Amino acid sequence: MSAIEEKKAKTDSGAGFILLFFILGLVSSLLTGWVAFPKLLYSQKSQPFDFNHAIHLDMVDGCESCHFFREDGTYAGVPKLAQCIDCHEEVQGGTEDEAIFVEEYVANYREVPWLIYSEQPDCVFFSHAAHVKSGGMDCVTCHGNIGTSTSLKPYEENRITGYSRDIWGKNIAGIKKNTWDRMKMDDCAACHRENGVKQNSVQTHKGACFVCHK
Amino acid sequence: MKSTNTQTKKYGMVIDLDKCTGCGACMVACMAENNVPFKENESNKQDSITWLRVYKMDNGKPYPENDICYLPRPCMHCEGHAGHSPCVSVCPATATDYSTETGIVSQIYTRCFGCRYCMAACPYHVRYFNWWDPVWPEGMEKMLSPNVSVRTRGVVEKCSFCFHRYQLAMEKAHYEGREEIEEEEYQTACCQACPADAITFGDLYNPKHKVFELKQTPGAFRLLERLGTNPKVFYLTSRDWVRKQGDNYLKNEGQVIAKGGH
Repeated sequence: MSAIEEKKAKTDSGAGFILLFFILGLVSSLLTGWVAFPKLLYSQKSQPFDFNHAIHLDMVDGCESCHFFREDGTYAGVPKLAQCIDCHEEVQGGTEDEAIFVEEYVANYREVPWLIYSEQPDCVFFSHAAHVKSGGMDCVTCHGNIGTSTSLKPYEENRITGYSRDIWGKNIAGIKKNTWDRMKMDDCAACHRENGVKQNSVQTHKGACFVCHK
Repeated sequence: MKSTNTQTKKYGMVIDLDKCTGCGACMVACMAENNVPFKENESNKQDSITWLRVYKMDNGKPYPENDICYLPRPCMHCEGHAGHSPCVSVCPATATDYSTETGIVSQIYTRCFGCRYCMAACPYHVRYFNWWDPVWPEGMEKMLSPNVSVRTRGVVEKCSFCFHRYQLAMEKAHYEGREEIEEEEYQTACCQACPADAITFGDLYNPKHKVFELKQTPGAFRLLERLGTNPKVFYLTSRDWVRKQGDNYLKNEGQVIAKGGH
């Protein structure tokens, strides 16, 4: 083997090592980013007790039976004790969760401190009436198939911002497959743009700020 | 989703300076309505925040000709040319914007990064900078309005013509299947608080609204009109000296003779 060939073989094995380290580094970085980071970023909280939407939806007449509009057009959101107490003054079924609800909350007239998955930042104004009544949208478009769920998922809170994970979406890369996967400003703006809703901004010629902000 | 665009509006105000007694009820109502922060000691007015401020004007003459006038000054919501108001034109963050639907100049506090170009651009000094985080006296944070977001240190804020009231009125309209709101459904806090009925608020485009007629009252003027800011707050007065001060009137206006060239 000539000196030149020897040198070439050395460089080849050197390049192999570099490639190996590169791949190892890449894989570990990806794992950190995709697996470890979301775990670090979000803390998991559980709801005061579990709730079965599917059972309730079978007994009542649609989402608006519990999640209703007030007379002034504002949206009641998560039901208060007053709505539940009509049926749940006493324990009805045999579940442990209902027993917790009746004994700890109904009996003491204490509101349930539900964690709200879709809670938006303070600067956001969202009108359910505009979307549901005037826009003719259904609940599923933004909230997904919550009505048929049999249990509540854990509430994940962003440790930095304090917002629910549902705002950014479950996918850490922000990839969106369904309309209800994310609730970011971009998602609101995209739908408004598609439907030509109040594209009145002088600065951007897109949606004006004072449509969804307050 | 159906599109829900309403007709073009241009919300504005007409303030009768002859009726204003300078009582300051509008300022108080504004502070309470919009969660405007205040300092423990407000004696240094230079960094006080007053979305609506009542100025005192004086004709500068000695007694008995002396006369004073109080002038409430909200944000003028300048239209400029096609919505290019002074502040909107300079904002590098798109934090302030002009809506061609309502004619209201919006300020998004979470978007603002506090460069204060808009404050320099605004000829009416309606914009205020938050030098500190708001500190509410014990228990008062529970009295804050949930309809207006609170501001943090380092952002600019200003009068929004109580835009949240428009949002809530529209929400009710949507619920009831209406596309438009009535004049009385959307009124600003200052307008409703004024005991002298000096402030009138409404859609300047809508002939059914009171402001439509009032803004055409002879002698109605806008502040610094000649700057081309095209403001939406009109002032009424029967006193010439008031009008001249408000309009940045030149002493020899109407007497200058063209000399040719520049």
